[in-house]
Amino acid sequence: MKAIEFQGVTVRFPTTRIPFVKEWIVRKFRGTATVETFAALSDVSLDIESGECLGLIGSNGAGKSTLLRVAAGVVTPSAGRAIVRGAVAPLIELGTGFDHELSGRENIFFNGALLGRSQGTMRARADEIVEFSGLAQFIDLPLRTYSTGMVARLAFSIATAVDAAVVLLDEILAVGDSSFREQCEARIRGFHESGCTILLVSHDLASIEKLCDRVVFLEEGRIVALGNPAEVIRTYGERSSSHELRHDRSLSLGAPELA
Amino acid sequence: MSTISRVEQDPRAEVAAAIPEFCNAAGPGVSLPEEARDLLAHEHLLRSLVMRDLTVRYKRSVLGVFWTMLNPLLLMLILTIVFSAFFRFAIKHFEVYFLSEYLPWIFFSQTTVNSMASMAWNGPLMKRVRIPKSIFAVAATLSGIANLVISCIPLAIIMLIKSAPFSIAVVFLPLSFLILGAFTLGVSLTLSSLSVYFADIKETYQVAVVGLMYLTPIFYPMSIVPEKYLWLVRLNPLVHLLQIIRDPIYYGRFPTPMDLMISSLWAIAALISGWMVFRRLCAGFYAQL
Repeated sequence: MKAIEFQGVTVRFPTTRIPFVKEWIVRKFRGTATVETFAALSDVSLDIESGECLGLIGSNGAGKSTLLRVAAGVVTPSAGRAIVRGAVAPLIELGTGFDHELSGRENIFFNGALLGRSQGTMRARADEIVEFSGLAQFIDLPLRTYSTGMVARLAFSIATAVDAAVVLLDEILAVGDSSFREQCEARIRGFHESGCTILLVSHDLASIEKLCDRVVFLEEGRIVALGNPAEVIRTYGERSSSHELRHDRSLSLGAPELA
Repeated sequence: MSTISRVEQDPRAEVAAAIPEFCNAAGPGVSLPEEARDLLAHEHLLRSLVMRDLTVRYKRSVLGVFWTMLNPLLLMLILTIVFSAFFRFAIKHFEVYFLSEYLPWIFFSQTTVNSMASMAWNGPLMKRVRIPKSIFAVAATLSGIANLVISCIPLAIIMLIKSAPFSIAVVFLPLSFLILGAFTLGVSLTLSSLSVYFADIKETYQVAVVGLMYLTPIFYPMSIVPEKYLWLVRLNPLVHLLQIIRDPIYYGRFPTPMDLMISSLWAIAALISGWMVFRRLCAGFYAQL
């Protein structure tokens, strides 16, 4: 069974913005109310099998996070569609659903609600979450007293404790200290073993190669390479180093068209 | 424009039937039944948002939720002095006359402003988790209604102190609140959707809403409005929407069928236009927030 199907997904974002009603009305009269757009993703088609761990690599702005957000359902495509089968746990920028006036424990329930889980479900998981986060002694204090690392720990613990068939991970390995990072990797491997479908975005190529079954290399919103992790990562390395070389040369010569 | 909709479930296996499947596709926008179903699926979130609105606001103040009740009491004290001492409208039980429309007015103005603030405040949430985007306007309206109901307690206390008469007509209030609530939700949907796109909506509205208050006979009697401007004042939906609340509380009578009809029509019109604006704009929230 396919867990995720991207069918000709194109996402366009506006590059200009009309910030005021007054300006919008004026432009409407002049017929210049249309805004320019830029394609973050262009006609991306990709099937992900159930239970697969797929890595997404590419330079900044290549469309990795946008693709993840289309799967999460927060970005709606301008053309094409994405079909996702199974409950989704979106681990995109940890801790955004937190209320800093509430205690850690209250935030567990609030975050659960955000992910569509009931109070009862979260009550059954609360102890496990607290234990995994290692924040037992702080859990009843307001979140504003937590350090950034503590918030990240709690967020990761909550997001990974809810049952999900599809897990979306965006740069999760970049936060926290090394022991927390090991804990994260172990948990991702645990997801994989229990049959979850995982979409992983990271610049940490070593982790990608270690964890993923297949890797997609995106560039300017299009798929450049797809397949065996080691091969795709090599392609990416070659492409980006040749880009860097070109960039360096054009800088030193001061004439980009010579490159 | 686009839509997030549930597609046909896989009939092959029972396990598959339990798997939620959603289709995130380009299209004409989310439909009303889909959004309603999505809201129901996020009932827990709705509940938390409302509870958070009701408790967080007062959490760090000593008097807690009692502020909701104390607020109108203190306000009443000030305004009674201002309006009965300086303006001297010959209105019996002026406090009750005033508060019976001022409290629902506060509900309307605060809810509409809060829904815009809530949209901006919760923007980061909408960018990371798939939630029905109308949930913030709905939550703002529900917590506003809860505050309105709570603030009826001090009003009742004031009525007792001033020995103003109570009437059986107050049984009509839930329906009046429902109509005002529907109207407020519609306006909130429109304003909060527009405020995501346009930065000046909120500022402009905050000025406009003060103007609107003076155009509504909350603290003055309708009789001081000159005859030739009466039709203009009657165009203001709040005149009718608040009248159907003042009637049972202050006049001790059921609202007139005319006021009821006009208020209901305004409420329906607000809901329909609110939904249309929201539906047209919600797919673009991500890029704008």
